[in-house]
Amino acid sequence: MSSLLKNSIRFVLFILIQVYILNQVPPLHRFVVPYLYFLYILWLPFKMGKLSLLIIACLFGLTLDLFTGTLGLHAAACVMIAYIRPFILSLLLSQETTEQSYTEPSINSMGWAPYSLYATLLTFFHHFYLVLLEWLQFGDFIYFIGKVGATSGISLLLIFLTEMLFNRKAKYRTNK
Amino acid sequence: MKNIFLFIQQYINLISFLILQLLCIVLLSSTSKTHETYFANASNGITGYFNGYYSNFRSYFALKETNRKLAAENTRLRNALSTNFTSPNTAILVKTDTTLKDSVGRYRKFSYLPAEVIGNSYALQNNYLMLERGSDQGIKKGMAVIGPSGIVGVVVETSNNISKVMSLLHRNSKVSAMLKKDNTAGSIEWDGADPSLLILRNISKSTKVLKGDTVLTSTYSANFPSHLMVGTVAAIIVDPATNYYTLKIKTATNFFTLQQVDVISNSRYQEQVQLENSNTNQ
Repeated sequence: MSSLLKNSIRFVLFILIQVYILNQVPPLHRFVVPYLYFLYILWLPFKMGKLSLLIIACLFGLTLDLFTGTLGLHAAACVMIAYIRPFILSLLLSQETTEQSYTEPSINSMGWAPYSLYATLLTFFHHFYLVLLEWLQFGDFIYFIGKVGATSGISLLLIFLTEMLFNRKAKYRTNK
Repeated sequence: MKNIFLFIQQYINLISFLILQLLCIVLLSSTSKTHETYFANASNGITGYFNGYYSNFRSYFALKETNRKLAAENTRLRNALSTNFTSPNTAILVKTDTTLKDSVGRYRKFSYLPAEVIGNSYALQNNYLMLERGSDQGIKKGMAVIGPSGIVGVVVETSNNISKVMSLLHRNSKVSAMLKKDNTAGSIEWDGADPSLLILRNISKSTKVLKGDTVLTSTYSANFPSHLMVGTVAAIIVDPATNYYTLKIKTATNFFTLQQVDVISNSRYQEQVQLENSNTNQ
């Protein structure tokens, strides 16, 4: 399966799951919504250019926003993590080995610890920016950070469940 | 131009990130009223802040013009002040002053013309007062001037609307005065020393003078009516060389606070002075 086709299918699946399953779950706490959709951006291939990464993230976010009716809210958060993703990856990985031999970030390609850090950081930034943009203020800062933390926790739980359930095989890059 | 392209090429990711963020925020503002208000407020706050500074800065260049306008306005307002429109006092008309008979059929000798003090000095050797009432309002040279509590001086010069009064505090001032208790007459002068003390000369040593005795204007004066308050005896100086006392008189008038005075017109003044000054050949 080509990378383009696979990611296109994922695009549709993540949107559908987020909109029709996770967004329908009654909120766990007053404001805690389980978010998983941005895992799509985490799973995009290493080789993708920074600019195309930003544009795809924006389109992905906008697609979700069309369903939720908050045009630009999730897109802004997606563009945000798409922008910082390459920096975090370059910090966590030794470029020669991983990026050249694997196609996309996963537990198998990166190892448990770096992948967990990668996912945690991006999740946290995503939620922080999302909540900030949604509330437009820090308000009670304890409450704000509590909401960001709780949402991040739920999201991380979902991410690792997904990783367990759909154990992506670490694909070596080929010349094909 | 090349550098601009190089710059854009170098920061393409950052620039596109910022553009996409901006796009998202614009979209968000267009769909959500809350966000629209918030971002509009924020941008208005920022532009308002800079506009405030800019106009503050610009105002320096307009200071000259502002000053000119303010000065012009001040002049205009000062010209409109009500105090600019005072007219000389004409409370007693000259015509009634000159009638020789008053309402009860007696002959009127003195009439009083109120006037406002517009200039006053008391710290010099020769002091004058200026009154806002002149020859057009019936003031003539030689008229006596009295204040609310005592005599003040004599008119020495008049113009149409202003008159100049030689105050008692003048080295050439000379007013006939007498002691109230026995009508001993003397003359009031000033030695130029203390504005609250006058000198009364020519009181014979035969009179019994005490401190506190009242001094009035005498009946011999051509311009002052008799029995007007002059002051009280403050000190008695015995000069062994002469037969007269020199009395220090505390003035009844407070020369420091004069505001309103009365000018006394004597309808027979000319007559009297003429006779006094005429040469008798006999």
